[in-house]
Amino acid sequence: MKLNFSDKVMQAIIYFILVVLAFLAFYPFWNSLVLSFNVGSDASLGGVTFWPRAFTLENYEIVFKEKRIFNAYLITIARTLIGTLVSMFFTALFAYGLSKKGIVFKKGYMIICIVTMYFSGGLIPYFVLVYNLHLYNTFTFLIVHGLVNVYNMIIFRTFFQELPDGLEESARIDGCSNFGVFFRIVLPISGPVVATLSLFTAVGLWNDWFTPAVFISNQNLIPLQTLLVQIVNAGQTATLIENLNSYAQSTVEDSSTVKALQMATMMVATLPILLIYPFLQKYFVKGALVGSLKE
Amino acid sequence: MILPSLAFIIVFSYIPMWGVLIAFKEYNLFTGFNASPWVGFDHFRMFFDSPEFWNIMRNTLAISLLKLLIGFPAPIILALMLNEVRNMAFKRIVQTVTYIPHFISWVVVSGLVFSMLAADNGPVNDVMQKFSLIDKPINWLSVPEYFWGILVSVGVWKEIGFGSIVYMAAIAGINPDLYEAAAMDGANRFKQIFLITIPSISPVIIIFLILGVGNILNAGFEDILLMTKNLSNGIVMPYAEVIDTYVYQMGINNQRYSYATAAGLFKSIISVILLFIANGIARRLGKASLW
Repeated sequence: MKLNFSDKVMQAIIYFILVVLAFLAFYPFWNSLVLSFNVGSDASLGGVTFWPRAFTLENYEIVFKEKRIFNAYLITIARTLIGTLVSMFFTALFAYGLSKKGIVFKKGYMIICIVTMYFSGGLIPYFVLVYNLHLYNTFTFLIVHGLVNVYNMIIFRTFFQELPDGLEESARIDGCSNFGVFFRIVLPISGPVVATLSLFTAVGLWNDWFTPAVFISNQNLIPLQTLLVQIVNAGQTATLIENLNSYAQSTVEDSSTVKALQMATMMVATLPILLIYPFLQKYFVKGALVGSLKE
Repeated sequence: MILPSLAFIIVFSYIPMWGVLIAFKEYNLFTGFNASPWVGFDHFRMFFDSPEFWNIMRNTLAISLLKLLIGFPAPIILALMLNEVRNMAFKRIVQTVTYIPHFISWVVVSGLVFSMLAADNGPVNDVMQKFSLIDKPINWLSVPEYFWGILVSVGVWKEIGFGSIVYMAAIAGINPDLYEAAAMDGANRFKQIFLITIPSISPVIIIFLILGVGNILNAGFEDILLMTKNLSNGIVMPYAEVIDTYVYQMGINNQRYSYATAAGLFKSIISVILLFIANGIARRLGKASLW
């Protein structure tokens, strides 16, 4: 297609704006990454922007040697892995059941689900329920919370409904039970959807700081993001040093180091996701679409 | 197959819905539901009469309207711009990079905001000083009047890229013949955006707009909580307290369960009404609707 002059001007403006946008999207993260690799006292002089000036790995050394951070990291990993697996299993199974033709009261079940998307009891009644179920302060709750996601269920269901009927019929003739069809046929061919929704669920679990902040008071059970709130918000050096173990205490002398440590912890909490998501990008673009357009 | 999950939804979503009844009681965790006395609408009245009420309503409405006004069109505009890009590699890089903030947790985002806006060596202050826009560094996060602007900008920053995915997909579904016909009729590319692209994706835009209106009382929660959590930021609360943060403050921190539930219930009811109104209007206009 030929572009005339005004089209070319528009193209130039658009490219410019997009470059600025991409820079703005990336720079805050990049700058913090750079600061986390820079000596804290040097960074406090200012002017560290695109590249570390006084390179060091010490910040990360302190972060990884800090027992509380390490422990919180394990909790985060455990919660993300187990939570994603369990949530995917129950949500997919639920969606598969609801995708079958001839289920009695199917529409009723769907309505029950969809209502919860628009109306909820709110935080306090939920808190009261969790407390009364004795799930307060348990790791189990971190898994159980948000186990069945209605939005994901609808995406799964839409996908399952479009699978050809013949596939299941032939499996059933070969003697597969309902569960057999689900595990041996349906799940294996649902790869892209499972990948997308797993990514979204995992990111949600990994990044969740609020649930543990409200429902977990045992400091040994809180995940990294929740601990990070305390670290990022530690306005004064004293507050942070109080929270560190003896090794770190001996190394942290001033507030500039505290800032470098905050940055390092933030990176440790973020990098795993940022390293994984570009590989799943082509799937989730499709996945997000199925959910939003076919609701 | 459906039973375990259905039971789960009923326990964890429907019992709390029934649990909102504690808004009409004087509930505390230890006496339990049945032993707590009924108090009718006392808590609602207390909430409406409280000195913070109008302040909270103003903040809630102002923040979410700003978010809707700026945060809603932003991804659409980004998608329209990306659609004009002919260089596929450039397009993919911009997309990948603008998705990044969506995957960063609010905790880390708040840390990035603190770092970017810091009074000492914060890049925003540095750049503005270099261009002589300001004389001396400003402690942005401790000026109450700036809080709305910062909050809305950070929200746009975080979700603009990811939000554009849906619109990009809708644009990809437009029949290319339409553009050819328009070009034949002499419309340049700028005109084609308004004559073809936007009308073609308007059903998607309307659906998301309805959802946005239903969310109007969800001014934000995690973002506000985290950006005000820093000790020095307590002073911005007159501009930052919204219904959700108030419920959290009253219910979880002060353990006034019934009072907080009343405030939360008030919010839910208004939200559902708004959702129905928005959907009704969209349906009457004959465009798309949620149900």
